[in-house]
Amino acid sequence: MPFGNTHNQMKMKFTSEQEYPDLSKHNNHMAKILTPAMYERLRSKQTPSGFTLDDVIQTGVDNPGHPFIMTVGCVAGDEETYEVFKELLDPVIEDRHGGYKPTDKHKTDLNPDNLKGGDDLDPNYVLSSRVRTGRSIRGFSLPPHCSRGERRAVEKLSIEALASLTGDLKGKYYALKNMTDAEQQQLIDDHFLFDKPVSPLLLASGMARDWPDARGIWHNDNKTFLVWVNEEDHLRVISMQKGGNMKEVFHRFCTGLTKIESLFKDRGHAFMWNEHLGYVLTCPSNLGTGLRGGVHVKLPNMSKHPKFEEILKRLRLQKRGTGGVDTAAVGGVFDISNADRLGFSEVELVQMVVDGVKLLVEMEKKLEKGQSIDDMMPAQK
Amino acid sequence: MAAPFTRMMSGRNSAVLLASLGAGTLASGYLLTDSTAAAERKRLYPPSADFPDLRKHNNCMASALTPAIYARLRDKITPNNWTLDQCIQTGVDNPGHPFIKTVGMVAGDEESYEVFAELFDPVIKDRHNGYDPRSMKHPTDLDSSKITSGMFDERYVLSSRVRTGRSIRGLSLPPACTRSERREVERVAVTALSGLKGDLSGRYYSLGEMTEREQQQLIDDHFLFDKPVSPLLTCAFMARDWPDARGIWHNNEKNFLIWINEEDHTRIISMEKGGNMKRVFERFCRGLKQVEQLIHERGWEFMWNERLGYILTCPSNLGTGLRAGVHVRLPLLSKDPRFPKILDNLRLQKRGTGGVDTAATGNTFDISNNDRLGKSEVELVQLVIDGVNYLIECEKRLERGQDIKIPSPIAQFRK
Repeated sequence: MPFGNTHNQMKMKFTSEQEYPDLSKHNNHMAKILTPAMYERLRSKQTPSGFTLDDVIQTGVDNPGHPFIMTVGCVAGDEETYEVFKELLDPVIEDRHGGYKPTDKHKTDLNPDNLKGGDDLDPNYVLSSRVRTGRSIRGFSLPPHCSRGERRAVEKLSIEALASLTGDLKGKYYALKNMTDAEQQQLIDDHFLFDKPVSPLLLASGMARDWPDARGIWHNDNKTFLVWVNEEDHLRVISMQKGGNMKEVFHRFCTGLTKIESLFKDRGHAFMWNEHLGYVLTCPSNLGTGLRGGVHVKLPNMSKHPKFEEILKRLRLQKRGTGGVDTAAVGGVFDISNADRLGFSEVELVQMVVDGVKLLVEMEKKLEKGQSIDDMMPAQK
Repeated sequence: MAAPFTRMMSGRNSAVLLASLGAGTLASGYLLTDSTAAAERKRLYPPSADFPDLRKHNNCMASALTPAIYARLRDKITPNNWTLDQCIQTGVDNPGHPFIKTVGMVAGDEESYEVFAELFDPVIKDRHNGYDPRSMKHPTDLDSSKITSGMFDERYVLSSRVRTGRSIRGLSLPPACTRSERREVERVAVTALSGLKGDLSGRYYSLGEMTEREQQQLIDDHFLFDKPVSPLLTCAFMARDWPDARGIWHNNEKNFLIWINEEDHTRIISMEKGGNMKRVFERFCRGLKQVEQLIHERGWEFMWNERLGYILTCPSNLGTGLRAGVHVRLPLLSKDPRFPKILDNLRLQKRGTGGVDTAATGNTFDISNNDRLGKSEVELVQLVIDGVNYLIECEKRLERGQDIKIPSPIAQFRK
């Protein structure tokens, strides 16, 4: 439970067997990995800020399975969670991130010049382009665990840092609890507003406590660069625009992120990062780059093709509906993005998206003309 | 009793002792043990940094909590390591309810009401019409023979029901309990219930293990409870580990029902179609007494003290925890503008036939007692009986074209 380890001493009065969760009907990464013996070894531990094993796994215990995807079933409460509970989290990470080993090193590359192409995706098909990631501020507990005071401190730091952005990155912060009706409506119309989570995956981990205290949205005046404060992570950073110029989107993304990072450093705060896990975020699924780069693209013919799923898999891409995760596609328009987060750099992932979407659009055009795409099948990346 | 719980027994005995001593003994509480990190955190974040923003809130907790109270209580813990922030989380997360002023805080264990008395007491006072736990005593009376006129006109009353809750002393409450505590509650309750005989003998259905057919039957009988969806409950951590150690027990006659580990350790319900409230209450009292006897035999008891009566998770259910009610047809009276005032003076409340937070369908209402604390079970059930009889009288008078009167208000507490 959040708010420190106050409960842990109590639980140690009971045996591990008595406390072990019933995971017999569960299908998530945590339930696949956790064993009674592991539980016994880890249950007496806690991170320096008091996050316990039961805190890590509560969301996975409460949510046995998801209809569309294999969920992770555990969260971090602070940076040290990934160390103290590595016996559980390393195999979860390995399972989730395609065999990423505890000894592997993750490469960070936020140099947009290293991206080849990406400025010529056909806007007749690619309706919009977007890159998002998350960042956590070292020294503060993460959303499942933070106290109100910590969350407010994260907000205050973020507001200060973002207020120093200039040029095309200059913008404004809207605190969720203070915005006017007009501001709220505008943010909804711009598709910027995030709301209190409703997904039980998030609620069960304690992330929605004290809503909307210290939550807010910052965006630049051009509405192409957006930061969410204290939603599922300390910061979610999003660069987006209409059309297919992913290169421009990624350029702004990298520039903005690098600038923000140095503004935080100026104030004595680094982002949580290490050379094994890359950027450290709340959910193990977002480790590494935390990056999801994607497009909304019209693929009515491709999506009906029997090899669509196979092609996506080989390109290391995933499809979602245009409402984001857990939605279905509408009118043949899909959200296509990278499937990986960890073990590939930012440049590598966006390159996969750019190359992959280019190929998908070419295939779509072929299918429109009634031609076959059999000779265009990609190799497994 | 299982060996791992014997160590807890001493905790339980001290809890029993402290609980019976009542007010003031645990006023200081235990301070959070200082690890270096915890001490550092306290230094960096004084209580003022953590004080919740309650400006848009309308619940009893928000009305009572001040920065000064928060500062004094924030770093205290109960013997089960439960904190103030955990008590109030549901009230912080749920600013207000459209129909009713919610309580906005819960207890994690019996000792919460003592350690955090500085906040619980004014909340209890607010919710229970001025009842002051520091100076008043709550009467318990489960002698159903004292009930008079307990048979309603069945042309109006469709069904009768009495419910309450009971907590097992020594085990944390649903917001705070660990999985093994919750499983122990289930074990203690189910073992006791298996000892019931005669018209009370019945069976237990574990939520996680029931067959589809059993589930359908329980739904058809309107017995099945499901994982809470109300944010008032989910924000209070009550739905953790669902459906582990949750279940439903009912007797073969299907008029005596126990819910295990939903919002309280146990919820006990006696009900039947028709208007025989006296019989419903008689079975209620008899069943409760037998269950209490059966758990005593194994060394357990219910949480109770003379200031607060029966201790339950939500302060709104302290005292008797009792809601006695009927489903009653009042087509004419319900349209009369004096209806709300009549109910008010009779100390009754109306709900829809789906229970709390529902609206009435047709002309059938759920009418039950408003109060829980400060009056005994017998007094409350009699109040419902007299009140409902009065409502039926009004309905009949309106049918005959006669006028009705608003009754004088019933006194709050006995002197």
